[in-house]
Amino acid sequence: MCGIVGIYCKSAAMEAQLGSMLAAMLLQMTERGADSAGVAVYRNAAAARTKITLQSRHAAVDWAAIQRIIQSDLDATATLTQVANHAVVCVAESVGQDAQVASWVAAHLDGVNITSLGRSIEIYKEKGLPQDIIQRFKLNQMHGSHALGHTRMATESAVTTEHSHPFSTGLDLCLVHNGSLSNHNRLREQLRAEGIRFQTDNDSEVAAGYLTWRLSQGATLTEAMQAALVDLDGFYTFAIGTRDGFAVLRDPIACKPAILAETEEWVAMASEYRAIAQLPNSHQAKIWEPQPATIYNWERNAA
Amino acid sequence: MTSRPQQPKQTKQTKQTAPTEFDLRDAPVRELNRALHALTGSRLSHSACATVRVVNPGGKHNIAVGADVDADIAIDGHVGYYCAAMNQHANIVVRGNAGPGLAENMMSGKVMVQGDASQYCGATAHGGLLVIHGNAAARCGISMKGVDIVVGGDIGHMSAFMAQSGRLVVCGDAGDALGDSIYEARIYVRGKVRSHGADCVEKPMQAEHRQELTQLLQQAELGVGELNLDDFRRYGSARELYHFKTDNAGSY
Repeated sequence: MCGIVGIYCKSAAMEAQLGSMLAAMLLQMTERGADSAGVAVYRNAAAARTKITLQSRHAAVDWAAIQRIIQSDLDATATLTQVANHAVVCVAESVGQDAQVASWVAAHLDGVNITSLGRSIEIYKEKGLPQDIIQRFKLNQMHGSHALGHTRMATESAVTTEHSHPFSTGLDLCLVHNGSLSNHNRLREQLRAEGIRFQTDNDSEVAAGYLTWRLSQGATLTEAMQAALVDLDGFYTFAIGTRDGFAVLRDPIACKPAILAETEEWVAMASEYRAIAQLPNSHQAKIWEPQPATIYNWERNAA
Repeated sequence: MTSRPQQPKQTKQTKQTAPTEFDLRDAPVRELNRALHALTGSRLSHSACATVRVVNPGGKHNIAVGADVDADIAIDGHVGYYCAAMNQHANIVVRGNAGPGLAENMMSGKVMVQGDASQYCGATAHGGLLVIHGNAAARCGISMKGVDIVVGGDIGHMSAFMAQSGRLVVCGDAGDALGDSIYEARIYVRGKVRSHGADCVEKPMQAEHRQELTQLLQQAELGVGELNLDDFRRYGSARELYHFKTDNAGSY
């Protein structure tokens, strides 16, 4: 069992409340997953810049030194903002979108992982209760256009920060999963042969890697999700964060719960209504359950 | 089991009197359920039956689970998992939507939801009446064992899977694999059935079935006016999978 939440602001006026709405929803999902929690927040997009969110496995880390290495080796204009044991590095697009950036981080920054890459995405995740994660990353204060969150109750693999959701699936893309995949080992090997990198033996990371691979082959996100319905075997409710919104997909059996809700001000997705009940004017929301094997997609700029 | 007249607050029999209102923004669900369970077994006349109102349910789980008392319980808002599960005798109204496992294993009484119900509502229920004014999601009435379920809207896939007895009335459409491996439950559907499950077939509507359907619709009080019985079709078991037959090995 795991908990998923997603919130997206339909107007700029709501964006100041994004973090507090996300935190309130995540807290309600504590009982669905007390092992670890994580969020993807979309905010502060800068033209021609890419954000690299880094996470340190070591408690003591010299972020100032890391900033100096990045500035000398990667991009002299790089900036670094520390957020607890994570940091957001902002570099020129030509550097951040270079396929070599992940290998460079792995080779030069000891004990540091990339949690996300993109123009506006930032991923923060950690072992522990949602309450701890909310406080550590000061979620309540975060502004932004949209966000996803996940609380994990591990069933398939170890409880570590690397095994926590969201999993990055490409530039400004990430995935959170409630369920379990049964063909992830074979699929991981196939995807590795195609050049997709994996950090863990986690099943959900394979779903993320699968979408990354499909997108790299030229598929649209919708096409990639349609293909996932065929190639992924198991139980899932996925929420997939995109640059402009989020998408939701349930497997054809649809055992894993999902609720969608919409008002004039926001669109939300959650494993359970009690998360949505925390949102302003939720009593006026249109509420429904997503159908099995059906793709739901919200994008701010879509008609 | 039609709705009972509103009663003034009880004055005597303090042990059997539940507080009239629970605000679940403040009170834990356990407090509500303990108060309901404290009334267990009391068979009050309608004039003395407890009236309980629950406000701000906020999608919480296990609201009014295990009630075993003549009581009117009204819940103002959306409820989470397992609301009204194992209900006996109580008349429970949800003025909102219900999460998964609504009225699971209900034994008797009536549960009515004004909105939609999530998956496996009425699962394994032995008796009573479950009414959903909106839609019910997947696995509605799975393994039902005697409950009557009336749904004003549509039902999802794998509904009435292994349904053993009782009646399921659907005023809208039914999803895939309706009545898969069904035993002796009877299903009436007014709209389209997307596909039948194994061993579930359409059966002729005879006078006794029209009478049964009329009665169930009356009891349900959906408030949608008179429905034309000619629009309903009946589904049940072909009884081919009851006992192991080697010819059917592929269907088990």
